[in-house]
Amino acid sequence: MSFVKLTASALTIAAATATAATARDQVQVAGSSTVLPYASIVAEAFGENFDFPTPVVESGGSSAGLKRFCEGVGENTIDVANASRAIKEKEIKACAENGVTDIIEVRIGYDGIVFASDIKGNEFAYTPTDWFLALSDEILVDGKMVPNPNKTWADVNASFPAQDIQAFIPGTKHGTREVFEDKVILAGCEATGAFEHLLAHAAGDTPKAQKKAAEKACIALRTDGVSVDIDGDYTETLARIESNKDGIGVFGLAFYENNTDKLQVATMSGIVPSTESIATGEYPVSRPLFFYVKKAHIGVIPGLKEYAEFFISDEVAGPDGPLSEYGLVADPELSQTQDAVANEATMGGNS
Amino acid sequence: MTDFSPTPDQPAVAQNSLLTQSKRTIKRNSAEARFKAYGIAAIGIGLVMLLVLVTTIFGRGTGAFQQTFITVNVELLESKLDKNGERNIEDIKRVTTFGYAPLIKSAMQTAVADLGIETSLKSKHMAGLLSKNAVAQLRAYVLANPEKIGETIEFRFLAQSRVDGYLKGRVSRDSIENDKNISPEQLDLVDALVAAGVIEKTFNLDFITGADASDQRPEAAGMGVSMLGSFFMMLVVLALALPIGVAASIYLEEFAPKNWITDVIEVNIANLAAVPSIVYGILGLAVFINYMHLPMSAPLVGGLVLTLMTLPTIIISTRAALKAVPPSIRDAALGVGASKMQSVFHHVLPLAAPGILTGTIIGLAQALGETAPLLLIGMVGFIASNAPSTIGEGLLSPNSAMPAQIYEWAKRADPAFYERAWGGIIVLLIFLVTMNTVAVILRRRFERRW
Repeated sequence: MSFVKLTASALTIAAATATAATARDQVQVAGSSTVLPYASIVAEAFGENFDFPTPVVESGGSSAGLKRFCEGVGENTIDVANASRAIKEKEIKACAENGVTDIIEVRIGYDGIVFASDIKGNEFAYTPTDWFLALSDEILVDGKMVPNPNKTWADVNASFPAQDIQAFIPGTKHGTREVFEDKVILAGCEATGAFEHLLAHAAGDTPKAQKKAAEKACIALRTDGVSVDIDGDYTETLARIESNKDGIGVFGLAFYENNTDKLQVATMSGIVPSTESIATGEYPVSRPLFFYVKKAHIGVIPGLKEYAEFFISDEVAGPDGPLSEYGLVADPELSQTQDAVANEATMGGNS
Repeated sequence: MTDFSPTPDQPAVAQNSLLTQSKRTIKRNSAEARFKAYGIAAIGIGLVMLLVLVTTIFGRGTGAFQQTFITVNVELLESKLDKNGERNIEDIKRVTTFGYAPLIKSAMQTAVADLGIETSLKSKHMAGLLSKNAVAQLRAYVLANPEKIGETIEFRFLAQSRVDGYLKGRVSRDSIENDKNISPEQLDLVDALVAAGVIEKTFNLDFITGADASDQRPEAAGMGVSMLGSFFMMLVVLALALPIGVAASIYLEEFAPKNWITDVIEVNIANLAAVPSIVYGILGLAVFINYMHLPMSAPLVGGLVLTLMTLPTIIISTRAALKAVPPSIRDAALGVGASKMQSVFHHVLPLAAPGILTGTIIGLAQALGETAPLLLIGMVGFIASNAPSTIGEGLLSPNSAMPAQIYEWAKRADPAFYERAWGGIIVLLIFLVTMNTVAVILRRRFERRW
């Protein structure tokens, strides 16, 4: 009796509130955990300075974010995807299949990837070659590709201490992984001559296919536990290094700068990573950060365009703004991006 | 009878004396002693673990309840805040938080000069002692009190996380060697300001009542809004899971015929109780968000998902409570002419109520601590929404939940968030312990044994 009434009334309330929930009035963002701190700083300032509600920013990785972004158009899909790499052809296609055709690409600035180890441990000065020799599945020895025999850093480079190789690198759902493969492993592969060797023996009909096969063989990492994929966030990498003092982790520059009491950073090709050395392009391992906006949602979700414009405004993303204070390297071509967002220029050129 | 009495030619007494134990008895007794020792060791290990856990949580988390504040006088310059002097709120709103930074810089400079502290720092670095939240606090004050423009007002700002960490002992001069966020000169200034009484560490109510803050201002982050998120989710769970669960179990226990269909349902309920909670999250995403188009990140959806998760627990405990009521009560009620429904609602249910309540509270406590399903429906992330003002808004506007907020803090780069994550655990634990204690008290007080 009373229970039946209670149930009935509860269900009616639920149904009534559900039907009232037709319009979403806050911007919904998801994606890269590298972009997350920047996006949350912007979201907070956006909520403070505008009459729009504070956007909701979720993380989960670039690929995961873009996947959700491409699920379709409508209020139950996200408006903005953060990514620490550019969107791929495959993803644009997947988007188009679900009706997400007009995408605005916004580059917010650059971010460095640093290699850091426990503060009390050994110091390292790496080159991409060292990392290739340490982590690649197969390396070139006397003109032949052999399974990677290196166990300690001293095996890799005689000037290093005999510390066990133990690397914590971002998992494949992170955009950072791709940059690590491209700018470090592949560069090392080319520098050691392994790439040429692989290219000469690569299967494939066209030179392009052969190159692709060789690149793929280059970035294959060893699977014997020396290189550990971290699918979580940088805090997980940090925790691994704290428990395993031999560990070397891959971090974003901003994360390292917040944890200088626990981590020491290694140089890459002799350059110390900093916002300055990344801005000048001296430090080799950096990448642009992006966010992608669904054009179809502009005008439907209140504040979406304002959020995008605010994000890349000079006072936020400029060299003196809060983002660069946190560790973002300001984009020298920010004004072009601002124009593109103001004109709602979508990818592929048509505005 | 005589079969059991010892015959004279069997000296059984000598062999089985109560005073000297036989080998077998010694073996049995020592086995028992060993088992007791194992049991004590198991409990001891458990207690040590609990002690370690609790001391770690409280050791690391209590810092979050205190925060460092800096008191300074800020001159609300009309030339910066309201150029044409008309006190038009729209004009004042046009000055963003970035426009308030110079006011804070000069306020800090004046404060340091007035106290007679000598420092080589520039005003930018003096203002760097304050939280980035200070500009927002200032702007909110000016928008609320536009008539105060032109006056000099005393403000109590949060100190930035490194200064706070320095006062709490988390940050030392050694640890900031490579730190860009603070310099030793700034710490010298902090020491001088502490001596002058401008900087003080006090209890921070905002941690319990406030909203989440971005990565740049961990000192401003609080649990309050996510607590409300949890509260609204629990409201949904209670409003749906309790009536549905109780109705289902009463029917199954008292009315349903015992046949293979009810058997299948029973087995399924038992199985559902063991389904990992993340599965309910996937279900919630598919059904409530993608199919029913309920808003993302809304406590209503979170509550619905947790309802599904809690239902089996409630059904199982309710059925156990109903089963515990002796059949004689039902028989007596039916015997004096009550209908089946009257016997259930007038006699069985009141007697089973303490058990049902206990089960419900424990189910709610379980739901309160759940994070995994919330991950998939968008309740984990930076959701710094303001506290909702109505029930509808509370159910539908995006919000986080306490465990989700803790998880989110634990992921962030600044070590100050780590402290807050532990602080959040303390708050969550207090809730859980309270709920479980209430459950125990209810059971003790109202339970009847036969």
